[in-house]
Amino acid sequence: MEAEYTGDVMTLNMGPQHPSTHGVLRLELKTDGEVVAEAIPHIGYLHRCFEKHAENIEYPGVVPFTDRMDYCAAMNMELGYVLAVEKLMGIEVNNRVRCIRIIMAELNRIASHLIAAGTYGNDMGSFTPFLWCFRDRETILDIFEETCGARLLYNYNWIGGLMCDVLPGFEKRVIDFIDYFEPQVDNLNKLLSDNYIFIKRTANVGIMPPELAINYGVTGPNLRGSGIKFDVRKDEPYLGYEEYDFDVAIGRGEHGPIGSCWDRYMVRIREVKESCKIVRQAVAKMTPGDVQESIPKRIKPAAGEVYHRTECPRGELGYYIVSDGSLKPYRVKVKSPCFTVMGAFRKISRGAMIADIIAILGSVDVVLGEIDR
Amino acid sequence: MKPDEIAALLGAQFGARILESKPSPLSPWSVVDPAEILPVCRFLRDDERLRMDHLECLAGVDYKDRIEVVYVLYSMTHRHRYALKCLLPRESARLNSVESIWGAANWHEREAYDLLGIVFEGHSDLRRILLPDDWEGHPLRRDYKFPTSYRDMPV
Amino acid sequence: MGVLEGKFEENVFITSVDWLFNWARSNSPWPLSFGLACCAIEMMATGAARYDLARFGAEVFRGTPRQADVMIVAGTVTMKMATRIKRLYAQMPEPKYVISMGSCSNNGGPYWQYGYHVLKGVDEVIPVDVYVPGCPPRPESLLEGLIQLQKKIRQETIAKPKGSKGAA
Repeated sequence: MEAEYTGDVMTLNMGPQHPSTHGVLRLELKTDGEVVAEAIPHIGYLHRCFEKHAENIEYPGVVPFTDRMDYCAAMNMELGYVLAVEKLMGIEVNNRVRCIRIIMAELNRIASHLIAAGTYGNDMGSFTPFLWCFRDRETILDIFEETCGARLLYNYNWIGGLMCDVLPGFEKRVIDFIDYFEPQVDNLNKLLSDNYIFIKRTANVGIMPPELAINYGVTGPNLRGSGIKFDVRKDEPYLGYEEYDFDVAIGRGEHGPIGSCWDRYMVRIREVKESCKIVRQAVAKMTPGDVQESIPKRIKPAAGEVYHRTECPRGELGYYIVSDGSLKPYRVKVKSPCFTVMGAFRKISRGAMIADIIAILGSVDVVLGEIDR
Repeated sequence: MKPDEIAALLGAQFGARILESKPSPLSPWSVVDPAEILPVCRFLRDDERLRMDHLECLAGVDYKDRIEVVYVLYSMTHRHRYALKCLLPRESARLNSVESIWGAANWHEREAYDLLGIVFEGHSDLRRILLPDDWEGHPLRRDYKFPTSYRDMPV
Repeated sequence: MGVLEGKFEENVFITSVDWLFNWARSNSPWPLSFGLACCAIEMMATGAARYDLARFGAEVFRGTPRQADVMIVAGTVTMKMATRIKRLYAQMPEPKYVISMGSCSNNGGPYWQYGYHVLKGVDEVIPVDVYVPGCPPRPESLLEGLIQLQKKIRQETIAKPKGSKGAA
C-alpha cells in the first residue's frame, strides 16, 4: 500500500542488534509518523571474508567455510560448491551418492523452511509455531547427527563423494520421520497459515511485482511467490532431479494480490510437502555402493572456470570458480540469493508501516551469513 | 540457443567491439571492449532471440596483469546462459555501470567496488557495502596487505 | 548492589544477604538476544522445547540491553560489529555477565588466519565471564556454560575484600 508522505521525516534505526532482523542487519528507516518512506538496508556486520579464505585454502578445505555461509541450510551450500568443482573436473558420482545427497539436501530444505516459518510466526507475535517447528526440526537434526556427527554444520558433501556412508536403518528412520511429519504440516497450517490475524498482517503487504523480481535477480521462493514458475531443479536439473516427480509451488494470491508476504510464506510451506515427496522417491531409488569411490587422490582441476547453480532453500545459489591448475582455487565467487533479494528490499518496502517492515523482512527469509559471506 | 549461435549473433551485431569469444559448452564467454559494455548489455537484454533478463552473477577477478569483470547472464524465457568479460587495467579499473539495465547490478557493483576497487561510472550510490566506510584498501586484490589494527582493535 | 558493596566485613548478616542476592541473580539470568551467526540457531534451539532454557530462568530473551543480565555473544564478531558491541555492553546495567558462545567469539574460530574483518575473540573489546567452546556448541554445552556462570555468580559477595581498608 502506498501512503502520502507529508511533513517531517524522522530517521529511525533498526540496529544490527534487534530481535526481529534475522541476524545482524541494520535498517535505516525514514519514517513519517508510522509510515515508512524509505527503508535502507545496511549489511556487512557479518562479513567473514569467505572469498579470501577460499583463495588460500585447498579445494576440500573450503567446504566447511561454505557451510557457515547459510548456516540454516548447510548441506545445500556444500552441495553447490562440490557440484561446481565436480563439473570443473568432470567427475561423475554413483547412484548411491546422488540419492543420499538429494535426501540430505531435501531434509535440510525442510529444516530451513521450518526455521523460516517458526521465526516468522515469532516475529508476528505467536510463540507456539516456533516451538512446534523447532521440535520437528530436532528429529531431522538427529538423523544428521547420526550420519555425520554434527547438528548444524556438517562438512558432509565432499568433492567426488561423501564424508561417510549412512548407518544401517537410515532409510527406515527417514521414512518414519516423513510419515510423522506430513500431518504436522497441516497442523501448522491450521495454527498459523490460515490464522485470521496472520493473514491480515501479511496478505496485503510487501507486494513484489514479477517484473521487478526478474529485473532485480530475485530467485527461489521469493520469485515463486510472485507467480513465476521457475525452479533450478526443474529448469537445469542436477544430481538426477529430472527423474523425480514433484511440483513447483507458486503463489496464487488466495488472500490478496499475488506477490504478497503471505504468498512467499505459503510457497515455503508447500515446498516442504514437495520435499517430502522427493525424499520418499530418493529412498526408494537408493542402491548399495561405495560413497567414496569417485573421490580423486588430489583435487587439482585443470585451469578454467565454471559457473554452477543449485536451488538452495533461499533461492538460486551460484558458485563461480576460477581455477589456475593448482591445489587451491584462484577465485571463488558466491552468488547469494539473499544478497540479491536484499537489493530489492528497498523497493518493496516503500510506503509500508513500521510493523509491516517486520512482516516483509520475515517473508523474504534472509540469512545474514549468506549476504555478507 | 547454443553458445556458438549467441557468439555468432554478438559478433554479427557488434563486429570488432567483441574482442574474443570462447563459446565452450562448459562455460561460454566473450570479451567485450569496456567502453561498449552498455550497448552490448542492452542488446542482450532486449533482443527477442536472446532476452537475457536475469543478471546471475557479477564477479571481479584480479589477475596479475589485469582485472576482469565477469557478467554471467541468463534468459528466463529461452533458458540459455552466456558470460561477458571486460578486461581492465589494474591501476585504474573503471567501467560503465549496468544498473540502468538490470536493477540487480546495483548491489553487485557496490560489492565489486568494495572488495576489488573497480569504479563503476554512472552508478547511483557507489560506496562500500560489506566493509566499514572508513576501511582502507580493497581486500580481494592479490597484493592486499592485512592491516594490523582497525580503530585500536587488533586484526 | 552499588550502595551496600564493600562497606562491611564478612559476617553472618552479609553471608545471608549474599546468599539471597546470588540466589536471585543466578536463578534468573535474563539474556540479551544477541545472536550473530550460526551459534544463534543453536541458541534458539536451546531455548526451544527439547533443551529448554526456561528451567534455568533464562527463557525471556530481552530485546534491549537495558533489561538484560547476561549477554550471550553467539557468533562471529566482526570489526564493524565490535563498535556496536562496546556500546551495547555499556548500556547493560550492573550486575552484568558475558558468555562467549562458540569458537568465533572465543578467539576468532575458523576465520583466525585470513579473516581481515573478523575480531579474534570478543574479549578484545568486552570482559568475558564464561567461554563455551564448539563450532557450533551443542545446546548441552551452552547449558553447561550457563551452569558454570551460575556457579560463578553464587560465589560473589558484597563484603569488603579481605585485607583492604575503607570502603571500596
